[in-house]
Amino acid sequence: MLGPFLETLIGGLLTGVLYSLVALGFVLIFKASGVFNFAQGAMVLFAALTIARLSGEIDGKEVHLANFVVAAAILGVAVAFIGWYAWREYIARGAGPGERRKMQVLAAVGALVGGIAAYSYGKGAWPLWLAIAATAAIMGLLAYAIERLVLRHLVNQEGIILFMATLGIANFLDGFGQTLWGSDIYKINLGLPKDPLFLFEGVFPGGLLVDPGELVAAAIAAGLVVVLAIFFQKTRVGRALRAVADDHAAAQSVGIPLNTIWLIVWTVSGLVALAAGLIWGAKLGVQFSISLIALKALPVLILGGFTSVPGAIVGGLIIGAGEKLSEVFLAPILVKQFDLAGGGIENWFAYMLALVFLLFRPQGLFGERIIERV
Amino acid sequence: MLAVIVAAFLAVPMVASPYLYTEILIPFLILSLAAIGLNILVGYCGQVSLGTGGFMAVGAYAAYNLWLRVPELNNLIVVFLFGGLMAAAVGILFGIPSLRIKGFYLAVATLASQFFLDWLFARVKWLTNYTPSGSVAVGKLEVFGWHVDTPADRYLLILGIVVVGTLVAKNLVRGHIGRSWMAVRDMDIAAEIIGFRPLRTKLTAFAVSSFFIGVAGAMWAFLRLGAWEPLAFDINRSFQILFMVIIGGLGSLVGSFMGAAFIVLMPILLNQLPGWFGIRMSTALLSHLEFMVFGAMIVFFLIVEPHGLARLWAVAKEKLRLWPFPH
Repeated sequence: MLGPFLETLIGGLLTGVLYSLVALGFVLIFKASGVFNFAQGAMVLFAALTIARLSGEIDGKEVHLANFVVAAAILGVAVAFIGWYAWREYIARGAGPGERRKMQVLAAVGALVGGIAAYSYGKGAWPLWLAIAATAAIMGLLAYAIERLVLRHLVNQEGIILFMATLGIANFLDGFGQTLWGSDIYKINLGLPKDPLFLFEGVFPGGLLVDPGELVAAAIAAGLVVVLAIFFQKTRVGRALRAVADDHAAAQSVGIPLNTIWLIVWTVSGLVALAAGLIWGAKLGVQFSISLIALKALPVLILGGFTSVPGAIVGGLIIGAGEKLSEVFLAPILVKQFDLAGGGIENWFAYMLALVFLLFRPQGLFGERIIERV
Repeated sequence: MLAVIVAAFLAVPMVASPYLYTEILIPFLILSLAAIGLNILVGYCGQVSLGTGGFMAVGAYAAYNLWLRVPELNNLIVVFLFGGLMAAAVGILFGIPSLRIKGFYLAVATLASQFFLDWLFARVKWLTNYTPSGSVAVGKLEVFGWHVDTPADRYLLILGIVVVGTLVAKNLVRGHIGRSWMAVRDMDIAAEIIGFRPLRTKLTAFAVSSFFIGVAGAMWAFLRLGAWEPLAFDINRSFQILFMVIIGGLGSLVGSFMGAAFIVLMPILLNQLPGWFGIRMSTALLSHLEFMVFGAMIVFFLIVEPHGLARLWAVAKEKLRLWPFPH
């Protein structure tokens, strides 16, 4: 009995890591801007689609020429934009004419690289690393567009309005990604090992069955968390982010540019979405249903607390394990007892679990204590 | 106001075609009622809920079970009321956490009800009369001996129910109970201190809201769909109604109607638009583009007027009153 139990537990924990990866994107944005970003799932889908289509085998039959043209144009714009932005930042800091020239050259090079990249994409698929780099650039562009076109106009609105706006963004991104890249099921080949692994064969009869792909994914997620933690705690930008999260007005008054910070946060959570999309895409294939994992990440979020990075991790582990254990051990009992038409309780079990936790700690496990004043 | 109602009862049946009834007027009216229900909860009481679809499903399946199992009560008014009452009961149950959980935590917690209810109607066989995958159908609908078969009949029945429901809602939100909701919305601790009991206030909001939503769900199932499965009330339905409330205007009944009209009409328009310009597109591409435009429109409207169409309407009325001499 212990063997299957541990096996399920490990499987659940590994899936949980992936949930926390999505939840992490939510937390980053909520912490820094108080926006409950429902578009995170759509961002995961968008990133996954982009990587898959940039790196995937191009099969003439299923790809429209128009897709290529648009994709190429977007890539070009993305890279050129990054060059331009870097240049503008330097101008803003009062760089001398020499540096200015340097940045102009950089922007030109960026545009050139973008153009060449777009052209070469028209010729054939890219290696994975290049696809990932290009997708990262596109996510940056996306963050900029969101900040510029949406958030900037909704400063000081109520949380629910901002939330609705992100729902709109989610709709837009879902449609945009699929218009651009098509809506078939695509594969991302990460080269993860596929053969199942057997652990502790001496302890349990037959050992414990573990999917090594999930192990690698969990390792990537863990690495990402460490990097983010260092970024938040040790770097200048990270400190600025925490300041903004604490108090918008105070941060602004000491000279932290709010818009830039938001841009950075959305970019970072875009990159987190990229990582999540990469792993989920490699695991399940890239398809529309990927954007629904945002719904899986929400209970993780309320369980761990909207404002806590460790909360997202621990919450993900609890939800992942709870979900799998309940499906394997609780669902058959329910089905037998109440004569149900099948189990499938994992869809709501996570929410119920989170709800029960919330009744005891309304701010989530690690959330900041909510202090209310009249 | 009266003129609009009279026109809706008398003038519309003279000109409307079946397509207009089934694709535009009936969905618009039913979803307006659902939007009013959600608006009571979100706009008047300040409790964000993402479980609307689930409560609609409760209304629909409760009504179905009464209709199926108690043939003597084959009167749609009774059936719908039962659906609403059951939804209200479930709403109270899922409203209990709101006493402890607030804001977005509550919003996500209400998703629990959505997923749980979806699952319930897909899996518990008795509730769906042992049909595969919970798809059920109804026929032979009547109200006090009046057979509601043609789209025009259905429209009139729905219109009647929606008008009554709106009047009830209007009086509720203007009275003592509505004021207590608004007090809790504006600052719940302050409301508690000046003597509104949060338990009663919040739970009545959940009950009334779910009642309306349940009736709307039952009407949607019986009069719009006729045959349905739990998927008709999934989370997208919840978001759709929430969009109506937000686009129409939080805390505004007329806004609920405007929001519903907007959300019902826009996909139809988007669908027709390329045809008018003679552009042919594959359906897949069209649906993706629809998503895009829909999302963009939502964002656009939120930026233009975060208080919704109702506010735009009020501003326009103010301006017209003074027009053409604004000073």
